[in-house]
Amino acid sequence: MIPLSWYLVFAALLFCIGLYGVLARKNAIGILLGIELMLNAVNVNLIAFWRYRSPGGIAGQAFAIIVFAVAAAEVAVGLALIISIYRRRSSVVANDMNMMKW
Amino acid sequence: MTVEQIIFLVVAVVTLVAAIAVVTSRNLIHSALWLILTLFGVAVFYVLLDAGFFAVIQVIVYIGAIAILFIFASMLTRRVMQDTGPQSNSNWWLGALIALLLFGGIALVLISWQGFTTLAPILTGQSGQLSQLGLALVSPDQYVLPFELASVLLVAGMIGAIFVAGDKKQ
Repeated sequence: MIPLSWYLVFAALLFCIGLYGVLARKNAIGILLGIELMLNAVNVNLIAFWRYRSPGGIAGQAFAIIVFAVAAAEVAVGLALIISIYRRRSSVVANDMNMMKW
Repeated sequence: MTVEQIIFLVVAVVTLVAAIAVVTSRNLIHSALWLILTLFGVAVFYVLLDAGFFAVIQVIVYIGAIAILFIFASMLTRRVMQDTGPQSNSNWWLGALIALLLFGGIALVLISWQGFTTLAPILTGQSGQLSQLGLALVSPDQYVLPFELASVLLVAGMIGAIFVAGDKKQ
């Protein structure tokens, strides 16, 4: 039997790796990759808590489904924005995206 | 060591190594391919947690749609960051420090919680069945509102993506 702690430590590690990617990457697509890792870690936590703490309830699974939908929408809009910026600036470096600064 | 534990440890190591490769690899296409391996590892965890439906969604939605979208986006924007120059910004050490501190904080909170090492209760009867989740998502006194909001969000995301990425000059 696997104790709950293993899943929680794994999810914490995955979340921190994703956070490092978000903070350290120059490329805007790389930042989105880090966000995907963080969302996955959260989903593992949600499902693990559902399985270990309240397998009779349904809340954990319902929240995980919502996280999936939000992740899909977020990636679609994020990549569209990056492609649109690339078309104007020929750059995907997050530092160069200063068109809204005045 | 039971078989389950060995599977967990092997998959966890592979997933974490792949995740580190996602955030450090120089070539963005390689990053996206490592992301696919990470997502497969997470799908295995869903199977170990008796949530087979989520493993299937993970493979279809994450690997089949999101990872492919990433590969396409990095192909469309490839010329600029082609393996030249550093891929991480000058404050990467600060990011690593913040990530380590966050992990330390999470570990401290988890260790001081008494439910940390509980074992999984045995699934009985109705619990964990897919039909229950489906009914909960459409019954008015449970999750029908977040469910409908998620569908509105997906439509808005789709229309927004078409509008933002579409070529206006044509």
